[in-house]
Amino acid sequence: MPAELERTARPGPAVIRAAVAILRKDLRVELRAREAVPAMALFAVTAFVLFHFAFDRDALDGDVAAGTLWVTLLLTTVLGVNRLFVAEREQGGLEAMLLAPIDRTAIFLAKAAALFLYLVAVEVVALPAFAVLLLGPDLFGSLPALCALLLLADLGLAAVGALVGALAAETRAREVIGPLLLLPLVVPLAIAGAQATEPLFTGSGAPEDLGRWLGLMGLYATIFVLLSVALFDFLLED
Amino acid sequence: MYGRALKPLALATAAGAALAFGLIFFYAPLDADQGFIQKIFYLHVPMAIVALLGFLAGGVMAAMHLRTRRRIWDMRSYVAIHLSIILAVGVLVTGSIWAKASWGHWWVWDEPMLVSFLIVFLLYAVYQPLRFSIDDPERQARYASVFAISGAAFTVLNFVAVRMAATYTHPRVFSQTGGNMPAEMFLTFLVSLAAMALIFTTLWTLELGSKNASERLRRARRRLQREADGGALGLDGEGGRARPAGGAPAPAPASVSAASVPAPR
Repeated sequence: MPAELERTARPGPAVIRAAVAILRKDLRVELRAREAVPAMALFAVTAFVLFHFAFDRDALDGDVAAGTLWVTLLLTTVLGVNRLFVAEREQGGLEAMLLAPIDRTAIFLAKAAALFLYLVAVEVVALPAFAVLLLGPDLFGSLPALCALLLLADLGLAAVGALVGALAAETRAREVIGPLLLLPLVVPLAIAGAQATEPLFTGSGAPEDLGRWLGLMGLYATIFVLLSVALFDFLLED
Repeated sequence: MYGRALKPLALATAAGAALAFGLIFFYAPLDADQGFIQKIFYLHVPMAIVALLGFLAGGVMAAMHLRTRRRIWDMRSYVAIHLSIILAVGVLVTGSIWAKASWGHWWVWDEPMLVSFLIVFLLYAVYQPLRFSIDDPERQARYASVFAISGAAFTVLNFVAVRMAATYTHPRVFSQTGGNMPAEMFLTFLVSLAAMALIFTTLWTLELGSKNASERLRRARRRLQREADGGALGLDGEGGRARPAGGAPAPAPASVSAASVPAPR
């Protein structure tokens, strides 16, 4: 283990180095086992098919399209959050990490970064699928604004998801507690995302309120990153 | 220590509630638009404010628990949150009744306070399932505290978000609370708010006292059981020694003697 750490050592504080090491391990596991991202992508695409039949519409636009996209992505996050800590708990990886002489914040940073990357990967698949399957207006015009919104939302989702994942992982009914906790917590993101995306999907051009919704998402991400960094230590005490 | 504060608190609560009722029904003027149904305002809004403050106080107490590591802060936080959940149900029900009476619908989505409350309620409804699906009591307290702190921060953030959404889709000024209320109405509202806060505090103190007492009873019973199992001598000598060892004030001897009934078996 020390040799491994030395080999991956790079400039930067110890927390970041430890976080990068854990993140690399998580990504390697994900690349080999493919447990989270393919399932999430499949879930998102299947949800689009369900929405097609549920609305009985071939093409969506405006607020319905924005809502469909955001609800699907937020529900997909639930799937990723459920997987985030379960494997660590089941196979004893967490105990090994807790034994290592590293700051616990590193574990949070690594888990949140992993969730962030999973979400980006899922959106790379889900967004084109949404454009092909359901979206009426052209996606390309609204792509820059939408990417900014999604990335900022992913940041908030990664922070809140890592916190909720760690909270729920210790409970007996974690498959239930995790989603029930996460869904109310992401309501502000659903509000900001859907409100900001709706004018993009009406085809009327750039929204004038984009800045304030990005601001709300930024505030959300900041608050939950700070909260998680402050509170994560208490979740991993034993 | 809980027992002593309870009596004056309960008396003040009874007086405050009586005064509030009197003012609501005999002093505050009837609302010109809404008529009698507007009086639900004196129940609904104080309940909402007290429940919100209860959630925030639960978060602060949880932070105290994580900082001091004393179980009592977790108990305080737990009782505050669980009373606030009950009040929140009341807020949603009275809000719904008020909405039906004055707007004709049981639920209105363009009332940001009510909508925020629903979201916050849905989040805190998971507090107890989370808490009680963790077996280890120490970890249970820690995890519940992390939830309580995150929940308090989220409550504030959520109000900002919902208000932003509401002012965006319905650009109008919300001033139904405060603002241009006649002085009589405002005074009645303040008294109702104080009465509701007193009710909350009394219930909080009562429940904490009862939890504290049953915890002590359990500990005393366990000690007695241990001594009855361990000591070969009669129960009298053992019980006599347990009393000073506990070092607890007034309630302890009573609970020991109550516990000694099932102990010989």
